[in-house]
Amino acid sequence: MTQTETFDDLRDLYQDVILDHGRNPRHAQRLEAFDATAKGDNPMCGDRVQVWVKYDADRLDRVGFEARGCAISVASADLMAETVSGRGKADTKALFEAFRTLARTGACPDCGQSLAEPLERLAPLAGVHEYPSRVKCATLPWHALIAALDGTKEASSE
Amino acid sequence: MNVAINPATLDIERIRADFPILTQTVRGKPLVFLDSAASAQKPRVVIDAMVNAMETQYANVHRGLHWMSERTTEAYEAARDAAAALMNANDRSEIVITGNSTGSINLLAHSYGRGVMKPGQAVLISGMEHHSNIVPWQMLRDAHGIELRVAPITDAGELDMAAFEALLEDGKVGLVAITHMSNVLGTVTPAERIVSLAHAFGAKVMFDGSQAIVHRKIDVQALGADFYAWTGHKLYGPTGIGILWGRKELLEQMPPFFGGGDMISSVTYEKSTWAAVPHKFEAGTPAILEGIGLKAAIDYVQSIGYDAMAAHEASLTEHALARLSKVPDLRIIGQAQDRGGVISFVLGKAHAHDVATLLDRQGIAVRAGHHCAEPLMHRLGLDSTARASFGVYTTHGEIDALADGLDRVREFFG
Repeated sequence: MTQTETFDDLRDLYQDVILDHGRNPRHAQRLEAFDATAKGDNPMCGDRVQVWVKYDADRLDRVGFEARGCAISVASADLMAETVSGRGKADTKALFEAFRTLARTGACPDCGQSLAEPLERLAPLAGVHEYPSRVKCATLPWHALIAALDGTKEASSE
Repeated sequence: MNVAINPATLDIERIRADFPILTQTVRGKPLVFLDSAASAQKPRVVIDAMVNAMETQYANVHRGLHWMSERTTEAYEAARDAAAALMNANDRSEIVITGNSTGSINLLAHSYGRGVMKPGQAVLISGMEHHSNIVPWQMLRDAHGIELRVAPITDAGELDMAAFEALLEDGKVGLVAITHMSNVLGTVTPAERIVSLAHAFGAKVMFDGSQAIVHRKIDVQALGADFYAWTGHKLYGPTGIGILWGRKELLEQMPPFFGGGDMISSVTYEKSTWAAVPHKFEAGTPAILEGIGLKAAIDYVQSIGYDAMAAHEASLTEHALARLSKVPDLRIIGQAQDRGGVISFVLGKAHAHDVATLLDRQGIAVRAGHHCAEPLMHRLGLDSTARASFGVYTTHGEIDALADGLDRVREFFG
């Protein structure tokens, strides 16, 4: 039996992409120069995240974060940071709505073609829809990002 | 401990057959339920008692003059007798029926705290309380000028008795409100010692017995306690029903908490007078079916016997500590000498929620998080732990399944 087969029952949520980004996040750092920041807090489980955003004109140039939480929330923050860089604000908000649907239901059938590519990159997180109590882990960094874009300081996933 | 030579053993297969839910599968695996400290499963006798009451003899209690109401009142009030006997209360009127432990503690904080305690006095809690034994006292502090003191715990997770005594010494503490068994660490607090110290300095003592009553025979008279709070649903009974036991002379000093029907002696627009203890604390239609279920749960527990339950739990706990200590990178949180079947742990760098979800994938239910004890988590320097807790139906094989499951989680996370 290979290693992969041995852990088949554990992989529906914890895919390799999530384990990798959860363990070795690429964007887990506070930005030295930033234009906006906000914190996200999930009081039910104690997860906390802070997100920093640097704009380039009206686009998100870079996103960095610091997270204290589970592998799902760290991986989600990292995939988010990776996916939104280079996007406009409105585009990012639309992607958040699509991602939220993906996290809650496992799919986003009504999402437009324009979001197909970024959603594909976030798709490894779709497995959380089977675990209602974990959906918030995946969406918390996004709530913090949207709060930063809106100029509010605190977001809650509640 | 060698269970084989202990006369108080229980027939685990027979007990498991009493709990219908234990035959369920979860995510295609047999259920391994290790979250009884959050809420215990229910035996068939409890389920049947509640269903039977609804099907054959249901009516409101304490007021009807008809057959149904009389039968229901009798069945409901039997819970009070059963609870009194369970705790060795001096009198059935010392048993106040509430909604849960939280309800019991809030009742006490309101009625004893605001009604009997004086501003300038203090309430002393410990550093390992559940939020339900912290927040009501903070509310009392802020509303009534009562100081809130916190007795620290040691690194082993035991009450620091020297510090506890020092906090009593100025005589300002009117009430010690303290857990009898930690829901996070499994620590059993030295109840007799706590009572004798508190009484020596003029303080009354309330125990939060939410966990302890599941695992130990509680004799409130032997303990010398003044109040004891617990909840039905952790003792294999239904949710929505709890108990506050209090010494009668103290309950009599306390004003009511909720006003309404069932708690009065007479009502005019000018003035109302209160029913006698305990009914003055029990406004409104009570949790009738839950009372009937609780009676069945207490009878069930008594039929097994605390000696057998405690021996089983001690054996399970010993086995779990031995097995879990062999899982690499696993750290058990809390090393108290006197402990019960609640074990918190962290696994390497893995977050407790990931551990819990990966165990759940294997059919194993544990709790993860701060366990409604955030200040304790801060004291321990942790955000969260995973917690396995045992019931009368827990088997040694389920603990082996947990240890094997944790080995897999560890390998999986690498």
